[in-house]
Amino acid sequence: MTAPAATRAPDRTPDRLPARTPVRRLAGALHRRPGLRLAALLAAPMTWLVLAYLGSLTVLLLSAFWTTNEFTSNIEYRWTADNFRSLLTDPQYRTVALRTLGIAASVTVIDAVIALPMAFYIGRVARPGSRRLLLVAVLTPLWAGYLVKAYAWWVMLSHGGVLDWVTAPFGGHSPGFGVPAVVMVLGYLWLPYMVLPLCTAFEQLPDSLLAAAADLGAGPWRTLRTVVLPMVRPALIAGSIFTFSLSLGDYLAVQIVGGTTSMLGNVIASNVTLNLPLAAAVSCVPVLLIIGYLLAVRRTGALDSL
Amino acid sequence: MQLSRTARILLRLATALGLAVIYAPLLLVLVNSFNASRSFAWPPSGFSTRWWAAAWQETGLRAALATSLKAGLGATAVALVLGTMAAFAATRYRFYGRQSVSFLLILPIALPGIVTGIALNAAFRTVLTPLGVGFGLFTVVVGHATFCIVVVFNNVAARLRRIAPSAEEASADLGAHTFQTFWYVTLPAVRSALLAGALLAFALSFDEIVVTTFTAGPGTQTLPLWIFDNLARPNQGPVVDVVAAVLIVLAVLPVYLAQRLSGEPLR
Repeated sequence: MTAPAATRAPDRTPDRLPARTPVRRLAGALHRRPGLRLAALLAAPMTWLVLAYLGSLTVLLLSAFWTTNEFTSNIEYRWTADNFRSLLTDPQYRTVALRTLGIAASVTVIDAVIALPMAFYIGRVARPGSRRLLLVAVLTPLWAGYLVKAYAWWVMLSHGGVLDWVTAPFGGHSPGFGVPAVVMVLGYLWLPYMVLPLCTAFEQLPDSLLAAAADLGAGPWRTLRTVVLPMVRPALIAGSIFTFSLSLGDYLAVQIVGGTTSMLGNVIASNVTLNLPLAAAVSCVPVLLIIGYLLAVRRTGALDSL
Repeated sequence: MQLSRTARILLRLATALGLAVIYAPLLLVLVNSFNASRSFAWPPSGFSTRWWAAAWQETGLRAALATSLKAGLGATAVALVLGTMAAFAATRYRFYGRQSVSFLLILPIALPGIVTGIALNAAFRTVLTPLGVGFGLFTVVVGHATFCIVVVFNNVAARLRRIAPSAEEASADLGAHTFQTFWYVTLPAVRSALLAGALLAFALSFDEIVVTTFTAGPGTQTLPLWIFDNLARPNQGPVVDVVAAVLIVLAVLPVYLAQRLSGEPLR
């Protein structure tokens, strides 16, 4: 009996194997050690994020406990909670914080009111062909740029601009620059962020549930209130995360159309060069508000639909 | 759900109105770039292309555009490499702390831009300035890359979750080593996701102004910074309008490309 292996043996000469180049040796080493592969993959991105980002955030948080010399504006590395104390006691900061919160909340409510019917039409009523087109129409302005859009509103709101011209026949005039203008512009800027998740939610609503509601005698209004709205609530909250947090941290739209209004962002920005510790302390306010909002909505499952 | 005719018409009307509000300001910018009036008095006093000519001659504008392109390309390159690596790690391996890696990636975009901006500003001032590295294009690229990583990560990770590992296993069985498999099998499968991520990252960087404000030195001006600077100047309005009009028209480009990319069949 012949051994087949023996007859085949001459075929398997070492020169048929790939040459053991350094590259192949490294590849082999990596292939045998998944842990090494993972470490190699994670090392660079984690170093970047931890060093450049977490490191920076830590520096910022630490500097909130430092103070500046009143005459030279140099940072003095002395441990103090004075910045937080003045933040809590000075009524000026409370006013700005409440105003910012009010603006962010109004923007969120206005966007929700505008986006709900739009998303319902796009997601459920429009034919599939026009649905895609409508979605693109909502998406495209997102690419036009923040400043371009804020600038467009600046032109519209300014004295003798379009809004004056449009409202003149009715005896009105442009609201001018101030808090209403800021709410309008921020609402305009973040509207697509509210429409898009809602569209997806309306589209994914199962027909069977709506049919069941109708079978059980619910009219369209009641179906909307008791079936549709509870089901799109996570998407509504997901959209509100964008509109709310983006408005909380904004400071440019206020500078462009806000007149003399200031939000938390402006207080931070105006203090960065001269009093970094104070700016750092103030910036804890929007961060805490956003983290609080995220924690509050986490239980609704909205974070999964982001 | 059976909707009455009135309800349908009302909904269509609301959508049309919403879209009109979205597009009216943008159209106005386009029309105003041909408005002869320097102060954009409405209705336009006449048709003129002189602002387009003036914008073409603006040297600061060209320099700002070049800076923006450089910053965008730099940030995109860094984000592509780091985001792809993180995406492979997060989708192909199960390890302790995987959730916090995703969280860490999202953080730069979840926190307000001004917080990211002043955090980087404070860190650069305390760490880089003593080393002799001043604020400039380099610091802008670092800042932009930090929040661009997540968009590349999201695109590539979504694609990696959808492609089965069997093709890579077959490649290894046929004798290809790790790098050959990556180059000939994995990379072609994720190429369109990489392109989409790069496109998004570039657009994000190109439009960014808040982080840029705090990471650019006095001599570095990106296009958004140029626009913001010139908004405040009384005589520059029309030129800013021309730039805005161009940017609005260009906004169609990434949407079109993204549609093309997402429509590409998986190979």
